[in-house]
Amino acid sequence: MAKVLTSKKACTVNPLKMSQPVGGALAFMGINGCMPMLHGSQGCTSFGLVLFVRHFREAIPLQTTAMSEVATVLGGLENVQQAILNIATRTKPDIIGICSTGVTETKGDDVNGFIKLIRAKHPELDNIALIYVSTPDFKGAFQDGWAAAVNQIVETLVERPAHGVRLSRKVNVLPGCHITPGDIDELRDMIEAFGLRAHFLPDLSGSLDGHIPENFTPTTLGGIGVAEIRGMGSALATIAIGEQMRGAAITLEHKTGVPYRVFDRITGLSASDELMEYLSEVGGTPVPAKYRRQRSQLVDAMLDGHFHFGGKNVAIGAEPDLLWSTASFLTEMGCHVTAAVSSTGSPVLERVPTEEVLIGDLEDLEQRAANADLLITHSHGRQAAERLNIPLYRLGLPTFDRLGAGHVVTVGYRGTRNLIFEIGNIFMASAHEPGPDSWPVIDNPQAELVQLSGGI
Amino acid sequence: MSNVAGAIQNVFNEPGCDKNVGKSEKERKKGCTKQLQPGAAAGGCAFDGAKIALQPIIDVAHLVHGPIACEGNSWDNRGAKSSGSKLFRTSFTTDMDEHDIVFGGEKHLYKSIKEIIEKYNPPAVFVYQTCVPAMIGDDIEAVCKSAAKKFGKPVIPINSPGFVGPKNLGNKLAGEALLEHVIGTEEPEFTTPYDINIIGEYNLSGELWQVKPLLDELGIRILACISGDARYHEVASSHRARAAMMVCSKAMINIARKMNERYDIPFFEGSFYGIGDMSESLREIARLLVERGAPQELKARTEAVIQREEARAWSRIAAYRDRLQGKRVLLITGGVKSWSVVAALQEAGMEVVGTSTKKSTKEDKERIKELVGDDAHMFDDMTPREMYRMLKEARADIMLSGGRTQFVALKAKMPWLDINQERHHAYAGYEGMVDMVHEIDKALSNPIWEQVRRPAPWETVVAEINKIA
Repeated sequence: MAKVLTSKKACTVNPLKMSQPVGGALAFMGINGCMPMLHGSQGCTSFGLVLFVRHFREAIPLQTTAMSEVATVLGGLENVQQAILNIATRTKPDIIGICSTGVTETKGDDVNGFIKLIRAKHPELDNIALIYVSTPDFKGAFQDGWAAAVNQIVETLVERPAHGVRLSRKVNVLPGCHITPGDIDELRDMIEAFGLRAHFLPDLSGSLDGHIPENFTPTTLGGIGVAEIRGMGSALATIAIGEQMRGAAITLEHKTGVPYRVFDRITGLSASDELMEYLSEVGGTPVPAKYRRQRSQLVDAMLDGHFHFGGKNVAIGAEPDLLWSTASFLTEMGCHVTAAVSSTGSPVLERVPTEEVLIGDLEDLEQRAANADLLITHSHGRQAAERLNIPLYRLGLPTFDRLGAGHVVTVGYRGTRNLIFEIGNIFMASAHEPGPDSWPVIDNPQAELVQLSGGI
Repeated sequence: MSNVAGAIQNVFNEPGCDKNVGKSEKERKKGCTKQLQPGAAAGGCAFDGAKIALQPIIDVAHLVHGPIACEGNSWDNRGAKSSGSKLFRTSFTTDMDEHDIVFGGEKHLYKSIKEIIEKYNPPAVFVYQTCVPAMIGDDIEAVCKSAAKKFGKPVIPINSPGFVGPKNLGNKLAGEALLEHVIGTEEPEFTTPYDINIIGEYNLSGELWQVKPLLDELGIRILACISGDARYHEVASSHRARAAMMVCSKAMINIARKMNERYDIPFFEGSFYGIGDMSESLREIARLLVERGAPQELKARTEAVIQREEARAWSRIAAYRDRLQGKRVLLITGGVKSWSVVAALQEAGMEVVGTSTKKSTKEDKERIKELVGDDAHMFDDMTPREMYRMLKEARADIMLSGGRTQFVALKAKMPWLDINQERHHAYAGYEGMVDMVHEIDKALSNPIWEQVRRPAPWETVVAEINKIA
């Protein structure tokens, strides 16, 4: 049970947090033939674009309504309309996903109203889905923007199946923004092994997994199709991964009656067991031999690895669901989470196995990480790690100074095994070599004992 | 906002710019940037431009007043290098929330400045205005003024919210802020007849350090580089320089011109990219310094260095001729001047099959024509799709461009070299050009190209079957 505090500082130093609109935009990037767009100044888009290019090392489709000062004051109807028409003619998308920003929210643009007017005037847009989601920069964080966008996509697109027909082998998966394209591939394999067919919303494994397309396209190249989303109501069940996806799962159930189950994490032995059990139940088949073997490998990795994890102090800075998942895994391996900083509020924070979770920044994390053996956060932790002279394990977005961020797999038995090896290797590499002065004679054993009993 | 509007009109009136002088009063008021196209725009905002221009000042705390997006999504992503303080890489933002939007963010900003000064004690704090506080009417100039008075330290307002225009305008507004609040406020410890300012050089990937050793050898002192690897004090006392060089085309022309007007510092526009340009720049620096009273012999010493370095660079580049002869280059550049790179590529035996001239001036285009032969190879605005087709059809062997278009080349399985501001290699001066040719060679000769273009075994089988059938 952790105490959840919010930083009292006026000035944020070295932000952990990123803004809602870019989280929303990333969710739209998991839809095929999509052009995500931020309704704001062109800088809002430019910063988001560079962020994703550096993380995924892929071309990123992301447009802007290019609001000028005057347009902002007068309202953005004209810019939104012109942007939609321009995108429609230039890139011929199936769907345009619009996220608001700080400027247009401060002004109070009624974008849903704009879309109605634009639709009435331009019937040629009828076959393009237009989705608007409110994601003010001055509220919440990246994870909230992602969750809001997925919720809005479900709300707008998913249809009630005709005659309430359900397909017995079809499941929906709503992955949180901490689930990488590599994780999605891994999950799809797992689900298919039970004879089930998985539909991921969003599906970054199709669009941002780093593949070579046959042709050049200005929109997203892969991901879940719009028709596929509309049909999600005919699934047998919905699996939501991360607490952040609960809202979208509930919306889906309300609209279509598809029952859902939230897995707040799927990293670690017990968490993976739970998922396997559930899939076996839904699929009506026993757990395949492949995963029994993988479980056994994970158990072995835990045995081999625990020597290096036991008693280590770890400081983690991550968005709520990633923090919860990572801190739980490390605690299960024998580490102490001695510092935990997150970006935004969430019900999972108070369950994080540590004394205190601070909604704050990387300066806070750095101050609390002085006695840590390992720092875990995104690439922006590199300066802190250097100053503290402790290793950094990069986890989360953005990871811009390492290759393969999209293919990091930490879910299920195999993903957990990977994570044990990766982090265990860091612990091994930074183990202290003993020297002749490592065990000095103590002058005052009594005082030492007092100190020890206080520390235990 | 009237202050920003005034500053914008001020930078739109630029007698130092030939293009601007040729305009009517009315045209001039509109500014020099094309109206942005919603749904078809690319590029940063005015805030981005201001930050790019000033963040290279290494010992200053750069505080962004706005919601988390402006700083949180973008910090520590620019490649300016420092030989001293690393404070410029620490990110500071007020991270405005709903409460600030409703009640105003001025107090929040003031407290943030106070915290920074107490914790980090920098020689100055730069406060960047963004769209949201500009909209709700936060008066950052007033806050900065009272904070400066209270804490006895320069607190400089940079009034360049994103929605007033593109990156280039932000560069200029940043320049205005320096002119108004920084330059001329401190005095150098001493001066020499060899003191120069370099304006518009950001020391990306350490490029200033490819040039500085030669200046050091000549006894020329960089009093202030605005703003690469600069200390606040250097910029504040830069008004005592004898001469100035303005780099990076017109981005900071207002600083150069106004320093000329106010402090009588003559300047020239030059570039460190390309061998000829580098020599020309050294020559101009020497000429201006001599004009301002430095001993005549500087010119001869400069010529000697130029001769030595040119010979060395050309012979090092020529060494690549055998390997690079006939290779075709597609050159898509913004900031780096096309023609100055073209000369080096040609010396190494390469052929430029296309170059973008989107940001080039008429003069630039003339010079490219001289070098490349005709204007068939010049594209004003090439779409990514066209670039992709050109590479896919193998009408070029390599593309040199900025990060935005890198995947156009890579997805076409063609070599690509980053020559834009986020690049990791330094290409300035004589050393830089040799390095660039070396990097091109490395990219072209990598053994992966042959492997990645080879079809998969099953594709070969299909092709065979098709042949038989």
